[in-house]
Amino acid sequence: MILRPIAGHAVLVAFADTISEAAHAEVLGLDAALQARPFEGLVETVPAFVNLLITFDPMRTDPAAIETHLRALRAPPLTRTGQSHDIQVTYDGPDLAEVARQTGLTPAEVARTHASGDYKVCLYGFAPGYAYLGGLPAALRLDRKPAPVRDVPAGSVIIAGGQCLITTLTMPTGWWIIGHTETKVLTDDPARPFRFAVGDAIRFVP
Amino acid sequence: MTRLKVLFAGPHVTLQDQGRPGHLRFGVPASGPMDRLAFRLAQGAIGAEGAAIEVSLGGLALQNLDEDVTLAIAGGGFIAEHRGKGTSWQVLTLRRGETLRLRPGFWGAWTYVAVAGRIQASTWLGAQATHGPSGLGGGRLTTGQILTIETPRTLPETAIPCPVTARPRSILRATPGPQDRFFSRTSLTAIFSESFTLSPAIDRMGLRLTGPHLPPEGALSIPSEPLLRGSVQVNGAGVASILMADHQTTGGYPKIATVIDADLDAAARLRPGDRLRFAPVTPEQALGIERLQRILPKTGRD
Repeated sequence: MILRPIAGHAVLVAFADTISEAAHAEVLGLDAALQARPFEGLVETVPAFVNLLITFDPMRTDPAAIETHLRALRAPPLTRTGQSHDIQVTYDGPDLAEVARQTGLTPAEVARTHASGDYKVCLYGFAPGYAYLGGLPAALRLDRKPAPVRDVPAGSVIIAGGQCLITTLTMPTGWWIIGHTETKVLTDDPARPFRFAVGDAIRFVP
Repeated sequence: MTRLKVLFAGPHVTLQDQGRPGHLRFGVPASGPMDRLAFRLAQGAIGAEGAAIEVSLGGLALQNLDEDVTLAIAGGGFIAEHRGKGTSWQVLTLRRGETLRLRPGFWGAWTYVAVAGRIQASTWLGAQATHGPSGLGGGRLTTGQILTIETPRTLPETAIPCPVTARPRSILRATPGPQDRFFSRTSLTAIFSESFTLSPAIDRMGLRLTGPHLPPEGALSIPSEPLLRGSVQVNGAGVASILMADHQTTGGYPKIATVIDADLDAAARLRPGDRLRFAPVTPEQALGIERLQRILPKTGRD
């Protein structure tokens, strides 16, 4: 665990330089421990693949006090932290045929392989509700498209690298669009505006 | 109730309140005003609450269709045309049928129109601040749109003094990193010794700069990491941007430095073509500056 103070109101806690299941488990563990036992002056935490950003109120604490608190937490790593979600998906994306061609599978095999994955919400980013799901089966790992495609509709199920994502807004993307879902990640429910928490488990159901 | 017709709205003209902090972990930046001090001064001048209109360099024209209502304009050196030519930094009453036109003047990139009353606008996650890229929140203003003002009031017309702290500043204090390990010694020297120029690519997400080439080394393999308002992110082409109110919350480009929060409003007041420099401060110094900033008397409402 390496702490790096940033500007006058944040600390970045890093567990590794490259993505690994172990580093993410440390991030989830520390995030959960901080939510259970916050320090005086904690504003918010932002979990990512290998590090956790902590923002704080500079009138109430400082990086040295935060480091003391974090080390005393002795937070155990966590591989899964939250709920499980089954997401109904229709594999009808405009890129399904091209993904099949590049992976040497049939479109039906692409769909089956995608739905066999055991996904986890690794972090949110890019845009509101964009939950990056780790756990895409290796057979479907492709680089991004050379250029992004505009106006990809909300609810698209897209893949690139080792990750999968359900889009929440009409936006450009260079990822491969393999299907769509009616399930909204931005729920319109004020009590639970985001369907997933970081650390939740996700399965896709055709 | 009164209605203001938007005769013209340039790009990036939105409704903004104090923002929606607390949702970074869900990919949602706090949004809110680009120039938070100017927003507070406009709101404070007339005791306004809720959302104000944030006006970009694209400008804005409003016409009052109903009852008289008082507006406060603060931020930037904009030109305000209303019964003749004036500047931003005034409280004025827009009578039935009158128009107000705002366009860029000599300095500044954003100005705020606060309303003595309450602007009807949609709320997202408890705030009317508009997230520019998605339009979620109060929303963008568009030409032809009608804004409804609840409980409009009129107040005496007056000038609002423009404090020196509301001016742009070309030296921005920043802490190095947190991903400075991806940069050469040359780049780490250049970021704090050479000058940059604001490019025309500025919006609520960030300010793209032109200046020394800062090529990241081996940075294409960086796992996406959390970002802050103020992060100085360098893309694969070696071009730096300062992330602002609608910043992405995580990103895979390395951050060579982070502008301290106390200097971000000043950065927002710079215009394309303006030059700027980064001055290095330690996190301890940054903490001291933030504390001082918060003890100093606040202007307007918080």
